[in-house]
Amino acid sequence: MSTNTVNPKDKSKMVVVEGSYATAHAVKTARPNVISAYPITPQTHIVEELSKMVANGEIPGCEYINVEAEFSAISALVGASAVGARTYSATTSQGLFLMHEALFNAAGMRFPIVMTVVNRAVSAPINIWNDQQDSISQRDAGWIQIYAEDTQEAADMVLQAYKIAEDKDVMLPVMVCMDGFILSHVYEPVILMDQKEADEFLPPYKPENILDPKNPKSFGALGDPSCYTEFRYSIEQAMDVALQKIEDVAEEFKQITGRYHGGLIDGYHLEDADVVLVSFGSLLGTMKDVVDDYRMRGEKVGILKIRSFRPFPVEAIRKALSSAKIICVIEKNISLGRKEGALFTELKSALYNTENTAPAIGYIVGLGGRDVLPRHIEEIIERTKTVLETGSIDSESSFNEVKEEFL
Amino acid sequence: MSERFNLLTPGHSGCAGCCDALAAKYVLMGVGEDVIVVNPTGCLEVMTSPFPNTAWNVPWIHSLFENGGAVASGIEAALKSLGRKGNTKIVGIGGDGSTMDIGIGSLSGAFERGHDILYVCIDNEAYMNTGNQRSSGTPLGASTSTSPPGSVSYGNPTHKKDMTRIMAAHGSPYVATTSIGYANDMIRKVKKAAETVGPTYIHSHAPCPTGWGFDSSKTIEIAKLAVETCLWPLYEMEDGEVTQVRKVKDPKPVEEYLKAQKRFRHLFKMEDGDKEIEKIQKQADRNIEYYGLNK
Repeated sequence: MSTNTVNPKDKSKMVVVEGSYATAHAVKTARPNVISAYPITPQTHIVEELSKMVANGEIPGCEYINVEAEFSAISALVGASAVGARTYSATTSQGLFLMHEALFNAAGMRFPIVMTVVNRAVSAPINIWNDQQDSISQRDAGWIQIYAEDTQEAADMVLQAYKIAEDKDVMLPVMVCMDGFILSHVYEPVILMDQKEADEFLPPYKPENILDPKNPKSFGALGDPSCYTEFRYSIEQAMDVALQKIEDVAEEFKQITGRYHGGLIDGYHLEDADVVLVSFGSLLGTMKDVVDDYRMRGEKVGILKIRSFRPFPVEAIRKALSSAKIICVIEKNISLGRKEGALFTELKSALYNTENTAPAIGYIVGLGGRDVLPRHIEEIIERTKTVLETGSIDSESSFNEVKEEFL
Repeated sequence: MSERFNLLTPGHSGCAGCCDALAAKYVLMGVGEDVIVVNPTGCLEVMTSPFPNTAWNVPWIHSLFENGGAVASGIEAALKSLGRKGNTKIVGIGGDGSTMDIGIGSLSGAFERGHDILYVCIDNEAYMNTGNQRSSGTPLGASTSTSPPGSVSYGNPTHKKDMTRIMAAHGSPYVATTSIGYANDMIRKVKKAAETVGPTYIHSHAPCPTGWGFDSSKTIEIAKLAVETCLWPLYEMEDGEVTQVRKVKDPKPVEEYLKAQKRFRHLFKMEDGDKEIEKIQKQADRNIEYYGLNK
């Protein structure tokens, strides 16, 4: 498996911009019809950049709606999508939570809305810094969720997200998740999406069903017990289709742009790894640096990067972990009352009923924006190695760091 | 004209004498076929859209309870972007719960932003879809399943929220009150609202036989009594000014309206109930004075 393939000839095209700008620029090249916007840290820079682009006529025909709340941000896109518009919004944390009810509605009505979620911790206590509790908590809404490792991937995934969402056999909304501040506010060299390449990659949106006075249709009917199950079942079927579509779209994107960030998953020194770390989002960058050190010392440590959390790539994960001797999931969220992160729970469940008997442990790190440094990853790897050596798991899931003085 | 009568078809599951069915029909007669209807959750939505059936012969969308204003905003913006707006009017039709309570923020946003939409509130003065619970449209003294009279209560303790003037205060070019008891007046006002560019608002009084407690043959009669007692003044406002008022030559006492409905019956039986009725009469008197209803 390859990682972050950048066509060498494209390096001359790199510019140093803020992550939020790279995403906003990618949105522009998707030629959205309607953007809804509501400010919330650390998402705001994206909609600010887009408002400038709209004000300067850089997104022809685009309607930019300054809504009065995130609940209306997503609801306005439901209406816009119903008449056949390509739509975009961005939010985070409390804003995403305010959307919660409408997220399920948008998925149930099969509107291919694309939204960037700039991941942030959730209140209380109020905290504007990064973790991934917000989007993880929307896991069951029926949205496809892709987690970006860096700003290039977050931007490139906007285009890919539209192509996945608008596929006639998928027709589901997509969240592109990027870590707050760490990705949204960082200035990194990226290749901005080229308009010609974007147009070649992403055709105009032409839905089969729209609200149109010339051909009246009813949207959002009452589904009683005789049919409700089938509506939910068909979303699950669409998620199945999306598993392949996410892979295909990543390949198509690579063909046109030369850039590839993985499909459902990606690997880093994975093939021969005994100790496999599993994670998603920007943690992966730090983890790769640490793994490089281990590899230089000849230790077989590797990484499984999860890109798609919904649909959850069960088969791909089973295959990728088939030769692992121990698995350690590192993530920035917790299911309170289960004392582990959602990815750890799901990963274990994916390996149940298989021949894979490798022990698995989980670490909860970086909540509310606490820095995760290379030494933290090293400590986790060392503890994981100890479990492998001793064959004994003291604690299946642990907090990486708990300060006694605040308890 | 016959086609216009069929924009909302028969066969839906509305109760006999249903105010929503009448009101929605009048709205479509006023607006015509070039419309997209946004219908927040409520009786009208439930009774007209049981999958795989629909009573709507116009494009229709139901999303959620509290987002009618935002959904309508999005449709209007999208049609503009797609170059398909033309004369198509986006019309929200919601009950008092979705309009005056849970959806007021969304509606306020849509009006403040100036979208070219018409929003019609069909006000039957309580949450009828869930079984007659009190809303901010419920009038003083009315008994509902969450504002019952008791040893220390005369029923709902507050007057109705003045939603029409709240919408006018958003700078709407046209708002009007209507009643399903006055079909021609309502159709005319809806037509005017639909033809006015910008966010326009119609608030329609709509008696509910099951919730209010009267025979299903009396819907129109009760609606007329509300106007004749001056508890529901019919007026139009353009750019914030009252421009038309429907006169009531000899206003009837509010008792005539109240005693015809079970929801006010307790006021005629309870000790000091007459004092509550006096407060309701004062509200009617204020309407007469403020709008010059009898001049």
